[in-house]
Amino acid sequence: MFESLSTKLQGIVAKMKGKARVTDQDIKDMMREIRMALLEADVNYAVVKQFVADMSEKLKGQEIHQSLTPGQQIVKLVHSSLVDLLGSQQAKISVSPSGFTVIILYGLQGAGKTTTAAKLGRLLKADGKKPMLASVDVHRPAAAKQLEVLAEKIGVRSFIMPEEKSAVTIAKKAIEQAKYYLCDTLIVDTAGRMTVDEDMMQELIDIEKIVKPTEKLLVVDAMIGQEAVTVATAFEDAIGLDGFIMTKLDGDARGGAALSIRQITGKPIKLICVGEKVEDIEEYYPDRMANRILGMGDVMSLIEKAQQSFDEDSAQKTMERMLSNTFNMEDMLSQFEQIKKMGSIKDVIGMIPGASAKVKDQDIDDRIIDVNMAIIRSMTTKERRFPNVLNASRRKRIAAGSGTTVQQVNQLVKQYEQSSEMMKRFSKMSKGKGKSRGLGGFGKGFPF
Amino acid sequence: MGLFDVFKKGLSKTRGFVSEGLTRISAGMGRYDEDMLEELEALLVQADVGVGASLHIIDSVRANIKTTGDDSQKAVMHTVKKEIIDILGPKQTLSLEDNSLNIILMVGVNGTGKTTTAGKLCLKYKSMGKKVMLAAADTFRAAAIEQLEEWGKRTNTPVISQTVGSDPAAVCFDAVHSAISKRADVLIIDTAGRLHNKQNLMDELAKISRVIEREAPSACIMPLLIIDATTGQNAVIQAEVFSKAVRLNGIGITKLDGSAKGGVAIAVAYTAKAPILLAGLGEGVEDLVDFDSEIFTESLIPELSE
Ligand SMILES: Nc1nc2c(ncn2[C@@H]2O[C@H](COP(=O)(O)OP(=O)(O)OP(=O)(O)O)[C@@H](O)[C@H]2O)c(=O)[nH]1
Ligand SMILES: Nc1nc2c(ncn2[C@@H]2O[C@H](COP(=O)(O)OP(=O)(O)OP(=O)(O)O)[C@@H](O)[C@H]2O)c(=O)[nH]1
Ligand SMILES: [Mg+2]
Ligand SMILES: [Mg+2]
Repeated sequence: MFESLSTKLQGIVAKMKGKARVTDQDIKDMMREIRMALLEADVNYAVVKQFVADMSEKLKGQEIHQSLTPGQQIVKLVHSSLVDLLGSQQAKISVSPSGFTVIILYGLQGAGKTTTAAKLGRLLKADGKKPMLASVDVHRPAAAKQLEVLAEKIGVRSFIMPEEKSAVTIAKKAIEQAKYYLCDTLIVDTAGRMTVDEDMMQELIDIEKIVKPTEKLLVVDAMIGQEAVTVATAFEDAIGLDGFIMTKLDGDARGGAALSIRQITGKPIKLICVGEKVEDIEEYYPDRMANRILGMGDVMSLIEKAQQSFDEDSAQKTMERMLSNTFNMEDMLSQFEQIKKMGSIKDVIGMIPGASAKVKDQDIDDRIIDVNMAIIRSMTTKERRFPNVLNASRRKRIAAGSGTTVQQVNQLVKQYEQSSEMMKRFSKMSKGKGKSRGLGGFGKGFPF
Repeated sequence: MGLFDVFKKGLSKTRGFVSEGLTRISAGMGRYDEDMLEELEALLVQADVGVGASLHIIDSVRANIKTTGDDSQKAVMHTVKKEIIDILGPKQTLSLEDNSLNIILMVGVNGTGKTTTAGKLCLKYKSMGKKVMLAAADTFRAAAIEQLEEWGKRTNTPVISQTVGSDPAAVCFDAVHSAISKRADVLIIDTAGRLHNKQNLMDELAKISRVIEREAPSACIMPLLIIDATTGQNAVIQAEVFSKAVRLNGIGITKLDGSAKGGVAIAVAYTAKAPILLAGLGEGVEDLVDFDSEIFTESLIPELSE
């Protein structure tokens, strides 16, 4: 695919070496790359234009010719400017002072409103609230049923009227019902609509008048293109907008719309959705979004995911053993167990910038971890602790015991040797650098 | 209304966007210079045509001006149109094979319109007198089966389904055998939305495809990728990855009735091998037409009278 932005900028900077000073042309060249990266990320054209103009000014003012700023540093500047634009503080979902909060979700067809309604319901319930989900979608086949099924899944009350043709009628009843059942939050799931469809926009206005929402949230698909700005503006003009939720960020779309919508409407991203399951909703971090838009992958999310599923104690133990140079097969087994907890290897690797395409080609097989675990489990304690003793006959026995082949056993031993070699170097490096922090370099200690 | 008009009407919100811009650019000047070419590129990018395809089109315009010396708006427009039609390719249709079972496999990322298009296709083929069946191979999403059953009811088409959570390949196995024994002309299989970067889901799709090929060796199997016209440049990767998992027969672009210019069709066609066959123009059962490169281009950039 495309080279990362920082590699490209690095190339331009390399060409500048030896020149007395950075010319306007150099800045222009860099800006062309930045512009291209942002447009490929689907950031709105007008927003890109403004951003690039601002960046040029900033770079000029920085007198970069004195330090010959490397590409990385420029990327950092671009990145931090993006983070600023993407919002520095985390926006929360507001609660009505009246004690009865109404959240309305709207957006284009198929953006993920119904799924997000359930995800929000689950979050609120976990937060000790008593939410109710209501579907006022009278257009899409089985829309109400979809919400009902999801509500059941999360154990939250729902209100639907599948036979009713008027969304406004359902909205009225939903408010009554939510109050009757002493719910403190009503989440209203609306039908998907095109902003150019006047009847549908009028319907939304009518619903809004009835339910008087506390939070009006636009649900936006991360894959959306240049049209994001027009769409957000049209919804803002019709009923107003308190913030937006971006969905399908588990895909590989760069999500430039996040920047465009924020820039144009000034409204915050409240939450992000990262999967089809009801628990796949997360807080929004502007710096990660900036990485993503610049095509630098979601490294931070990856690290966090690793940290979440890691058992700190056992990781610490492995880390200590790594540093004391006594890493053995038992540690390796425990690492495999950790990896399994994180989910599919492909999913994890998919988050590494530039890796996803390669992963597909290499066809990494999750079963390889199972195979390796089976092999280690067929070893005796002595073999696990002192892998040096693994001679040919032992390997043969282990293969038979684990239902694998000697080649597979050899492969694992080789992997072990490489890992432990790497750790030896790692431990030399980190000695003298003071204490290691938590996981240290995630990735380095991983035996694959 | 003829198909041309239906298509045009659906695209009416799109229509005029680029042309307005072009008129604006050339107002007062009438001749194209580098600045105006840049503006032209901007218009294309804003229609989601993508940087790659846009640059290609602009380069052609520039080359043409150089060789002919004609930088009038008329000449520029002519080149732009020609280039777009070239990229989109000649009109092709999703054509059925007579006297054979035709299996249309709906694939794509989440929420693009697979199920809806499956419903629309039922009407299209039934009105041609074909015997049509639907299969609910999205066993994952909440109420996906009920949604397809509703389309079955609307179009009076039998739906083969199993319970939620069952193996989609098993549903396909059943559906294929049922279609063969009932001598159906067309079997339309609706699958779950899947993001192309999820290897396990793409593997699942490949498995579905294998089962269908194995169980219906003599059938005409046509995987159809559904892309949402509102999508940006990610659509290009979608087409690329899906065509690796299944041998795509063609692409359908939905939601062209919205405000999105649908220029992503050009971005996709610029790199994808599979042709664009269908255009979705609304949520109704009749809102589906054959994709026509010329009408599409005409709608994007209408004839300007000098
Ligand atoms: N991968 C992924 N899929 C999602 C996410 N959110 C929603 N989806 C999927 O996107 C598709 C559409 O979601 P819905 O919740 O039905 O969307 P909607 O906006 O309610 O659609 P309409 O009511 O038809 O306008 C479904 O297949 C969902 O499972 C997400 O964060 N990640
Ligand atoms: N305006 C408009 N809406 C459409 C069109 N095609 C589909 N839709 C709507 O888009 C939404 C999603 O359509 P579905 O058919 O459920 O999409 P899907 O690809 O099956 O979704 P998943 O199975 O969840 O991945 C629904 O609200 C449809 O009514 C179209 O051409 N125009
Ligand atoms: Mg919905
Ligand atoms: Mg579907």
